[in-house]
Amino acid sequence: MSTAFIWILFPGFLAGVLLFLQRWERAVTVLATLSATLLAGLAWWLPVKEQFFIGPWTLDMVDTWSIMGRRFILGPNDRPALVILYLTAAFWCGAAYLARPGRVFVPLALGIVALMTAAISVEPFLYAALLIEISILLSVPFLVSHGRPVGRGILRYITLQSLGVPFILFSGWMLAGVEASPGDQVLIQQASVLLGLGFAFFLAIFPFHTWIPMLAEEAHPYAIGFVLLLLPGAISFFGLGFLDRYSWLRTSQTTYSMLRLFGVLTVVIGGIWAAFQRHLGKMLGYSVVVEIGFSMTAISLGGGTHSGSLEVFFASLLPRGLGLGVWALALTIIRNQTKGLLFRDVQGVARHAPVAATALILAHFSIAGLPLLAGFPVRLALWEGLAQISLTAVFWALLGNIGLLIGGLRTLAVLVMGPSDEKWQLTESWKEQAYLLVGIGALLVVGLFPQWFLPLFANMPQAFDQLIP
Amino acid sequence: MMFDQLAFFAVVLISMTSLVLLIGQDWRVSISALALQYLGVFELVGLSWSLELAAVKLVAGWMAGAVLGMALLGIPDEARKGERLVLGSVLFRLLTAGLVWLVAFSIAPQLSARIPGIKYEQVLGGIILIGMGLLQLGLTALPLRITIGLLTVLSGFEILYAVVETSTLVSGLLAGVSLGLALVGAYLLTIPTMEEIE
Repeated sequence: MSTAFIWILFPGFLAGVLLFLQRWERAVTVLATLSATLLAGLAWWLPVKEQFFIGPWTLDMVDTWSIMGRRFILGPNDRPALVILYLTAAFWCGAAYLARPGRVFVPLALGIVALMTAAISVEPFLYAALLIEISILLSVPFLVSHGRPVGRGILRYITLQSLGVPFILFSGWMLAGVEASPGDQVLIQQASVLLGLGFAFFLAIFPFHTWIPMLAEEAHPYAIGFVLLLLPGAISFFGLGFLDRYSWLRTSQTTYSMLRLFGVLTVVIGGIWAAFQRHLGKMLGYSVVVEIGFSMTAISLGGGTHSGSLEVFFASLLPRGLGLGVWALALTIIRNQTKGLLFRDVQGVARHAPVAATALILAHFSIAGLPLLAGFPVRLALWEGLAQISLTAVFWALLGNIGLLIGGLRTLAVLVMGPSDEKWQLTESWKEQAYLLVGIGALLVVGLFPQWFLPLFANMPQAFDQLIP
Repeated sequence: MMFDQLAFFAVVLISMTSLVLLIGQDWRVSISALALQYLGVFELVGLSWSLELAAVKLVAGWMAGAVLGMALLGIPDEARKGERLVLGSVLFRLLTAGLVWLVAFSIAPQLSARIPGIKYEQVLGGIILIGMGLLQLGLTALPLRITIGLLTVLSGFEILYAVVETSTLVSGLLAGVSLGLALVGAYLLTIPTMEEIE
C-alpha cells in the first residue's frame, strides 16, 4: 500500500463524505478531528518502506504512488511535516465546534490539508503550484458569509493567488533550461524574476500582501486564521523545494540577499501598519504579514552555508501555530460578544471576557516575540543570526517588530478601558475558557521550556537534503 | 494541419472575444464571448497538443462558462446587473485594449524566439489573452468580471505553456483550476442572495 493512499486519498475522500454530512455538525467535527489525530499518529509511528503485519495480512508500505506519469512520494523524511499538518488539522477542526466558522469549514479544512500533503509530495514538485491553487479555491466557501455582499478582500485573495500560478509554472520550465545551460545569464535573470514574482504573489510578499488584512477584516477570524497559518507554511515548503532542487539558485548569494531584503521589507510594512490598526481582525492579518517576512528572513540566514537557518525556520512553525490558533479563537469569542472588531466596538471587553482578552493579548505578544512567550526563543535565534549578517537588516526588522508590539499595547489599552464602575466578570462558556486556558498554558510552557519542544523540529530540514551541508 | 491553417483566425477570434469581454455589459454576451474564446484557445493549444488533449481545454472552458451562466440564471435580476459603462469608459477600455494589442505585437517576435517550438500565433494569442485578462482584473471589482478576467489570463498562459508541457496530469490539473475558478465565481455570485446562516 502506498503512503499517498493514507495521507492524501483517505483524508481527501473523507472530506468529500463529510461535506455531504455537514448537517450533523458535531459528528462531522468529531469524525474529522479523530481522523486527523489518527493520521498524525500514523505519520509518527507507521514504518515506511517496510512490511508490517495486521493479523494474517501482510502490508508493504511503499512511499511512491504513480499516476499519469507523475509521482506522489511521502517518504520517511516527510513524516515530521505530516505530523505537523495533521495535528494542525486536528486542533483546528477540534475547536471549530466552539468557534463555528460555518458548516463547510471542517470538511474543507480536511480537504485542504490533504491537498497540501499532495503538494509537498508531488514529483516533479513544480505541480505543487496547481495543487496549492486548488486548495486556495477550496478555502473560499468558508471565507465568505451567506447573505452578505462579497468583499474586496476575497476577490483580491483569489486574484493575487491565482496570478502566482502561471509565474511559478513558467519559471519551472525556464529553470530546467538554466540547468541545461548554466552560463546563460539572461535566462537565469528571466527565470529568477518569474520565480520571484510567483512567490511574491503566492506568499503575499510586499506589495502583494494587501489581501491579508482586507480578508482578515471581512472573514470569520477562525477561518482566516486557519488559511493564514497553513497557506504560507505550505508555500514556504514549496519554495524550499526550489532551493533544494536547483543548485545555481541555492548557491547564489543574490537569492539569499533578495530573500532577506524582501523579508525585512515585509516585516517593516506589516509592523508599521499593525502599529496604526484600529481593527482587531486586520491586526491579526498584519501580524501574519510580519510572520511571513520573518520566515523569509530565517530562510535567508544560512546563505546556503549552514543548516541553522532551516532549523530556525522549522522551529518557528510551533509558536506560530500556537499563537495564531489562540489568537483566532480568542478573536472569534470576542466577536461573538461585540458588534464588531473595531477598537470602538471592543472597548472594555476584558472586563466581561477576561480569558479571551488575555489569550488574545498573549498570542499577540507571543507572535511579536515578547520574552517568556512561545515566540521568543525562535525570534531570539533569528535576531542573533541576522545580526551576524547585517545590522542594518536587524534595525529595520526590529522596527517592524516594535510596530507589532505597539499594536499589541494599543489593543491591551482598548480592551481594558471602560467605565470604572463596570464590574469584572466571566461571560465565556466553560468550554471556551478551557480551550483558551490550554492555549495560554501552551504559549507559556513553550516559551519557558523551549528545549522540550524545539528538538521535535530538528529533523525537518532532512526533507531538503541539498540545503544541509 | 487543420490547426495550422486556422491559427490566424483563432488569434483574431480571441482578440475580438477578449474585447467583447472587456466592454460587454450584458452577461449573456459575456458568457457567449467566453465560450467562443475557448474555441480559439482550443485551436491554438491544438498546434502543440493532440486533438484529444486540446479538447480538454475546450470542454473545461465551456463547462466553466456553463457554471457561470447557470449561477447567473439562478440569482435575482437585481443581483445580475453589472456595472453600467458610460461612453468615456468604453472609449478608455478600447484605448487600453489597443495598447495591449500593441504591446503583444511588439514583444511576440522576441518571445517566440525564446521558446523553442512555439508558433507566432500562439505567442500573440497568449499575450493578448494575458494582457486583456489583466486589464479586466484591473478595471473591475465585480465577482463575474474578476472570474472572467482570471479565466482569460489563465487561458493565455495555457496557450504558451502547452508548447513546453504536454503532461496529462498538468492538463487535468489546469482544467481543474479553470473549473474551480468558475465554481468559486459562481459561489461568489450567488452567496449574497442566500439566506444568512447563524
